[in-house]
Amino acid sequence: MEKELRLMKGNEAVAEAAIRAGVDGYFGYPITPQTEIIEYLMEANPAETTGMVVLQAESEVAAINMVYGGAACGKKVMTSSSSPGISLKQEGISYIAGAELPCLIVNVVRGGPGLGTIQPAQSDYFQSTKGGGHGDYHLIVLAPASVQEMADFVGLSFELAFKYRNPVLMLSDGAIGQMMEKVYLSPFKERSKTVPEWATTGKPPTRNRNVITSLDLDPNRQEVFNEKLLTKYNEIREKEVRFEEFQCEDAEYILVAYGTSARVCQKSVQLAREQGIKVGLLRPITLFPFPTKRIKELADRVKGMLSVEMSAGQMVEDVLLAVNGKIPVYHFGRMGGIVTTPEEVVECLKSKFIGG
Amino acid sequence: MVQVTGIKEIIKPENLVYKKTEVMTKNILSYCPGCGHGTAHRILAEIIDEEGLQSEAIGVSPVGCSVFLYYYLDIDWQEAAHGRAPAVATAIKRLMPEKFVFTYQGDGDLAAIGTAETIHACNRGENILIIFINNGIYGMTGGQMAPTTLPGMKSSTSPYGRDVKTMGNPLKMTDIVASLPGSYYVTRQSVHTAANVKKTKKAIRKAVQYQKLNKGTCLVEIVSNCPSGWKMTPVQSNKWMEENMFPFYPLGDLKTPEE
Amino acid sequence: MAKIRGSIVVNVERCKGCEVCMVSCPTGTIAMAKEVNGKGYNYAFPANPELCIGCANCAMVCPDGVITVYKTKI
Repeated sequence: MEKELRLMKGNEAVAEAAIRAGVDGYFGYPITPQTEIIEYLMEANPAETTGMVVLQAESEVAAINMVYGGAACGKKVMTSSSSPGISLKQEGISYIAGAELPCLIVNVVRGGPGLGTIQPAQSDYFQSTKGGGHGDYHLIVLAPASVQEMADFVGLSFELAFKYRNPVLMLSDGAIGQMMEKVYLSPFKERSKTVPEWATTGKPPTRNRNVITSLDLDPNRQEVFNEKLLTKYNEIREKEVRFEEFQCEDAEYILVAYGTSARVCQKSVQLAREQGIKVGLLRPITLFPFPTKRIKELADRVKGMLSVEMSAGQMVEDVLLAVNGKIPVYHFGRMGGIVTTPEEVVECLKSKFIGG
Repeated sequence: MVQVTGIKEIIKPENLVYKKTEVMTKNILSYCPGCGHGTAHRILAEIIDEEGLQSEAIGVSPVGCSVFLYYYLDIDWQEAAHGRAPAVATAIKRLMPEKFVFTYQGDGDLAAIGTAETIHACNRGENILIIFINNGIYGMTGGQMAPTTLPGMKSSTSPYGRDVKTMGNPLKMTDIVASLPGSYYVTRQSVHTAANVKKTKKAIRKAVQYQKLNKGTCLVEIVSNCPSGWKMTPVQSNKWMEENMFPFYPLGDLKTPEE
Repeated sequence: MAKIRGSIVVNVERCKGCEVCMVSCPTGTIAMAKEVNGKGYNYAFPANPELCIGCANCAMVCPDGVITVYKTKI
């Protein structure tokens, strides 16, 4: 079937892709730099076309709990926000993970901490991959690096969410949310009529009641449940790693970067090679599960890695863990909402590894 | 089953007047002796049974003494985070409008941490039923002060009595909700006597009918007791409730639909 | 003239001895047993069964739903 070509903002692409992916409900709250998502959905009014529910909640807290309610009914539901709003959602996210519910949360990251700035940053990596909410759980984290991926990852997120009964986080940033690019949009998919057997839909006489909860006061049972989650996350680590490599075949140094930083680093690779430095780029697409295995393999044949992230240094810790001391690993990134430039990356690479 | 009976000759199936509904599961209730939760649960279960709603009902349980509500009524349940039940119910009803959707919440859940969710769900006029059990105390966590604790009332966090100067006045959430155009039927009842049980059952039945008509939010507050938290016997607590809670939280309809 | 006579059945082990049924009974049928059940509660029982009129007040207010009520005309 034909894909439709449009010129859109990243945020708008998420919204349009959600309608086309047959999403049942969106619950959100305005916050810069992602408010276009709910504005686009309200204007498009999919209630009239696909029957999709679009609701502006009274807070990000209410929105994530609406997602919980919809997900527990087996529906495709999502929310979006930016860093401070995602902090508000952490309780709900932990509950969603603890109740093993599928859903999509979009974080269009801005500079923090606190109210921070409205410009782009990548300082929510820890929050996204190491917890954010309380307890032993993980989100599947996808990091789009283009408007096309903002659109494509909506459908992919729900596929993964329902496959594993787990929440999925799309970790974008203010630059990708706001930039306009060509995007090929998938044809409209009808909203699903299948009901998962675990969902609360009203108890017919033919089955026992379904209870969606994350509470168990019996520690032995709770441990069994925690082990079940761990098994799930290990399966996800096995099967769902996604990444992209750019000129790594003969590289002596590897840049590791996602999202906007990856786009910057593509240029850095080009600039470095013009100066005779053989650099490659590894772009993780899934931040959880992290491409640990691939980084470990690359560490066997390169001289060093530079993790480039618009933060004080978060993803670099996972690179260090993967490399496990074999080669030097450093971090570079601008903060405060400033986007790193390709030249800065090359300068840092040279100063750390080549001493010049 | 070990039982004691009255006159044995009268005990015949054709003479049955009252039996606990099958919508209640066989699980033993975890509540303290004399706690109104048990009675409230059973009234709700009876309505679900009599109105044929067992396969339409989706309940949202709170955090509080009744967190395990899903052990006791044989319907589909979702456990909500503390205070968030109206938001959870909003999504359920919007996505599955043909179902009977309700929340069951205590005073901490509905009037403290969940104040925003309560007010905004009612403000939007979500077609759900909110059942609000108000016993002026936090039972599950050991008897702390609630937003609905009366002035002068002792609790574990107001050991010298609630001092309105530093702790504020009790919050009449039901009155606030009744003032919102989105709320359709708002009433305050109790379950400590047979007469009040009948009235409460009537109120919940009305709310069920109104939900079918998509008229807006129905809120049924049940002023109830907490013998353990109030440090009284069940019978004493019901008397104390009549003498102290009812004057402050008067029973009756706060908002009824215009005919 | 027909007289209404009632009879209640109390599930002894599930009664928590709260006494709310006793207070709700209009005829003085119910009293609390001197014995305790397995949980240590003095359970309710029809101490004066001939007074019972099967109004079911007791069953309606019982928080644990331990009472079943029967009634007939004599």
